[in-house]
This record gives sequence, C-alpha cells and structure tokens, in this order.
Amino acid sequence: MENLLSIFVKSIFVDNMIFAYFLGMCSYLAVSKKVTTAVGLGAAVIFVLGITVPINYLLENFILKEGALSWLGAEYATVDLSFLGFIMFIAVIAAMVQLVEMIVEKFSPSLYSSLGIFLPLIAVNCSILGGALFMQSRAYENIGEATVFGLGSGVGWFLAIVAIAAIREKIRYSNVPAPLRGLGITFILTGLMGVAFLSFAGIKL
Amino acid sequence: MKALHKFLTDKIEPHFVKGGKLEKIWPVYDGFATFLFVPGHATHKGAHIRDAIDLKRTMIMVVLAMVPALLFGMFNVGHQHYLATGESAEFMDKFLYGAIKVLPIVIVSYSVGLGVEFLFCIIKKHSINEGFLVSGMLIPLILPADIPLWMVAVATIFAVVIGKEVFGGTGMNILNVALVARAFLFFAYPTYMSGDMWVGMDNRKGYEVVKEGLVDGYTGATNLAQAADASFAGHFRNVSGVGYENTFIDSFLGLIPGSIGETSTLAILLGGLFLVIIGVGSWRIMLSVFTGAYVMGLIFNLVAGDNAFMAMPAHYHLVFGGLAFGAVFMATDPVSAAQTNLGKVIYGFGIGVLCILIRVVNPAYPEGMMLAILFFNVMAPLIDYYVVQGNIKSRVKRLKLATNGNK
Repeated sequence: MENLLSIFVKSIFVDNMIFAYFLGMCSYLAVSKKVTTAVGLGAAVIFVLGITVPINYLLENFILKEGALSWLGAEYATVDLSFLGFIMFIAVIAAMVQLVEMIVEKFSPSLYSSLGIFLPLIAVNCSILGGALFMQSRAYENIGEATVFGLGSGVGWFLAIVAIAAIREKIRYSNVPAPLRGLGITFILTGLMGVAFLSFAGIKL
Repeated sequence: MKALHKFLTDKIEPHFVKGGKLEKIWPVYDGFATFLFVPGHATHKGAHIRDAIDLKRTMIMVVLAMVPALLFGMFNVGHQHYLATGESAEFMDKFLYGAIKVLPIVIVSYSVGLGVEFLFCIIKKHSINEGFLVSGMLIPLILPADIPLWMVAVATIFAVVIGKEVFGGTGMNILNVALVARAFLFFAYPTYMSGDMWVGMDNRKGYEVVKEGLVDGYTGATNLAQAADASFAGHFRNVSGVGYENTFIDSFLGLIPGSIGETSTLAILLGGLFLVIIGVGSWRIMLSVFTGAYVMGLIFNLVAGDNAFMAMPAHYHLVFGGLAFGAVFMATDPVSAAQTNLGKVIYGFGIGVLCILIRVVNPAYPEGMMLAILFFNVMAPLIDYYVVQGNIKSRVKRLKLATNGNK
C-alpha cells in the first residue's frame, strides 16, 4: 500500500510528465488557453493513461517480453517479440481512444460535446506513449503498480495544463513584447514553471 | 524644495523633452524627477483611483521595511567573521566589516537592474516603473555574503529580463523577480549557494586590510545544513564549533550564519509589522505561512521516530533559514501572490507546508523556502480561479434562493 502511494505521489510531482520530461507538449501548449477546456483535456488524459498503461502492461508481460509467451507451452519460452513493442503500444492506445470516444458519445453526449476534438487528439499525445514506455523501462512488479503509475502521470499532466491555463488567462492582457506573444511567452512560462517544479526533484520516496 | 523644482523644470527638463539633446533618455529623467515631485500632468481618460499611496510610495515603504534586516545582516556578517577567527571586536568593527562585504552587492544589484530597466523603458518608450526598487533590495538580502559580484550582475539581468520584462514589465510577472535571480544562481552555480555559509576570513581588521597570508575564508554549516546532515543528533553548533547557549533565541535574534538578510527573525518581524500596519503587506499570507510551517513541523514531530531532523522542535523551523524572510517579504509580493482573500490563506499555508516538506524530506536542498514560494507563485492563478468560481457559484445559489423567496 505504501509502495502504491509512493508511486502515485512520485509520478505526479517528481516525475511530472510535463516539467520533468517535457512530454505531451503539443496539446499542452495548444489547449491551455482556457481553464475549462484544459480541465476537460486533462481529465481525458487521466482516463486514457489509467486504461492504456495497465493494458500495455499485460501486453508487455504476457506477449511481448522475451519468454513472456511461455504460458502457451514450453516451446515458446525463447520467443522474443519485444521489437513489436512500439507498434503494439500505439495500436492499443489508438484503439482505446476510439473505444473511449464511442462509449462517451453513447452514454454521455454532453461530456462528448464539451471535449470535442480533444478526445481523438489524445491518441497522438506523446505522454500516453511515454507512459507505456516508462512502464516498460521501470519494470513495475504488478498490474496494480502500473495502474497507479498511469493514473498518477495523468494527474501530474492534468495539474500542469490546468496551472498554465490559469496563468495564461491571467496574462492575457499583459503587455508582452510583440515577438513573444502567444507561444513564445508560453514556452518561457513553461521553463519557469519547470524551475518551480524542481522543488520536488531529488525526493526519494 | 521650490528652488529645486524650479531648477529641474527650467534648466534640466528642456534637454529631455522632445527636440532636446537627450530626448531619447526621457524615461530616465522622468523616473528621477518623479521621485521628488508629483508629475505635473493629469490622466485624461478612463477611471482612476486617486490616492496618496501610489506605486512609487508603496515600493519605498517596502524598502524601508527591509532596512532593519539589511542593517542587522551587515552586523551579522561581521559578527560571524569575528566569531570564526576568535578575535574580539567592538560592535562598530563588526558592522563595518559587514558593510564592506554587503554594500557592493547592493550597489551592483541596483545599478545593473536599473540599467536593464532603463534600457527596456527607452526601447519600449514608456516611463520607468518602480518595481525594481524592491527587487533590487531583495536580491542582495537573499544571497550569501561571499557571492562574486559578477554573479549578482548576471542573475539580476536574467531575473529582470526573463522574470519580468518579457511578461510586460512591473506588475505582470508570474514569479517573484528576486527569487528568479536566486533560483538562477542556485541551479547554475550550486556550489556557491549550498547550506555551507562562507564566513569572511580575509584578514581584515574592521575596514583596514592587514595582509598576513591566512586562508581566504572558512565555511560553517548553517543550522539547516547541520540538521540535514546524517550525523546530526539534535545539537547545533555555531561557526567556532561551540554549541549555542540557546539555539532558539540565538536564531531568533539572528546570530547564526545564513544569507545576508535572512538570519534575524526579529529584524524581519519588525519590518513585517511595519508593512502590516501601513497596509502594504498582507497579514493573511504572513500568518498562514508561519501556521503552515508550524503545523507541518508538528506533524513531522509526530512521525519522527529516530530521525533527529524530524524530531527537531517545530518552532525551530520558524526561525531557521529563510522562512521568516520569505513569509514577510517574498510570499507577500502583491503581483505574484494569490489575489483573493481565501486564496491568500490557501497560498500561504501551502508555502509553509511545502517549505518544511522540502527541508526535511528532500535531501537535494537544505532550504525549501525559495522553491516553495516559486511553486505557489505558479499555482496562485489556479487557486484564485477556483476561489472566484466558488464565489460565483455561491452567489448564484443565494440569488436563486432570494428570488424563490419573493415568489
């Protein structure tokens, strides 16, 4: 239990997807103009990360890893499918996003219309694939840890995009020098926010 | 005064107005002239609040509030020096020794920062803002006394340009400008900003340089660095290696090594009281920072076990390191702090909690105040956003109740 909590807190603050690894920057920069839309996209990312990371965990450990197929029979124990990792992860992510989109559309049309284009866009958000690859390289021990890691990374991403959206709403009327307006100042802001998030770097849990 | 005013408007001003020889640097003249006199022109359109306490006066008040901390900082630099050498010295010797160390840093910070500010004003053709008056005093006070002057200059330029001017100048910055300068130095030159404070040893007796060929300096760990050390057993020692008579009182008065202005909680609280009385600083933020830090200290006491740092009495946290200085002068920065009343309380409490958390839990940094404030500077707009939304919701509810009651 303590272990799960430590993974959760670590993936939110210490290994924040945006400020520690700069993953998922494109939608982070594009959809952070208003807090309400940022909240919607952030929630969708939490949802998708929370589903795809455990599924990819199962895929990795029961199909792709060297020797993972041994449950089929002894003759498969030497098969190594890890070269298929990227394409399988991406396929799972795309499929899950499609599925999520269809489910949301069917059961909650209001949420579907408020998320709009952001839901399909999540399929190409690098923090989702990043989550799957981190899960692979950090070798989590069971599916519980992988799920908590996925959810935590999502929450960290959520926090980052909502925070910058609030700041961007605040500086909307600032007299920013003309060449820096828009994305330029947002990049500088992201850098400064990364410095603030360094307060958690080095914490060992 | 009248003669001076006449001299300024008649003799000096014509050079700077349009058509004069020095018209390009009009903002520089304007900035200095309005230091002494209220500008002669009135605003023409839009709604304006007329009040004696404008930006310039506010900033001067904050600088005044920092004077006790600055003077004590000068004394303490000398005090630590003589403590380390073991020489006995009079009060004035200590003070002058410190002044020689500290004043150049203040001068560099002000001249470089104002220079950059003037440059931006001239290029962008607007009049000079007074925001840097406070930042220029804050930067020296949160640096160690032995910092090379060129580093002060580089950090000041970085802070003014990246921390403030790119956002549109005074009043638009997201992070506290002085803390950006310190964070820049902290991450770019970590060896100069660690918990080991240098104590001056370069053979000066007062202000007279006596060359004898001793070592240049001597490092003594700050209380926080001692506490974070693995061998810490609950006793603090000063720079000469002797235990404090009373750690809490000595730290409260400020007779401990540390950055220039941050050591004396007493001097800082004097400044804080002044700020609260004249209504410039927010008492909500100051109080909630101290409360947050104290509560977090108590929580660590409860779960301490055999960890000596966690078991350290919670009130020690309040007088060590930069907590008091940050709470009074930096967290209350009216631009980068939360703006709503409830938001200020949440913001301050979060800073206190996070500061102690970083101090105790994070082995990478001995002191957490700088990063705690920066983190909550980043979060402040979000806190405000939700406080405002909450207010809107409760008002809508109240309105509905009221209109239903009328039916």
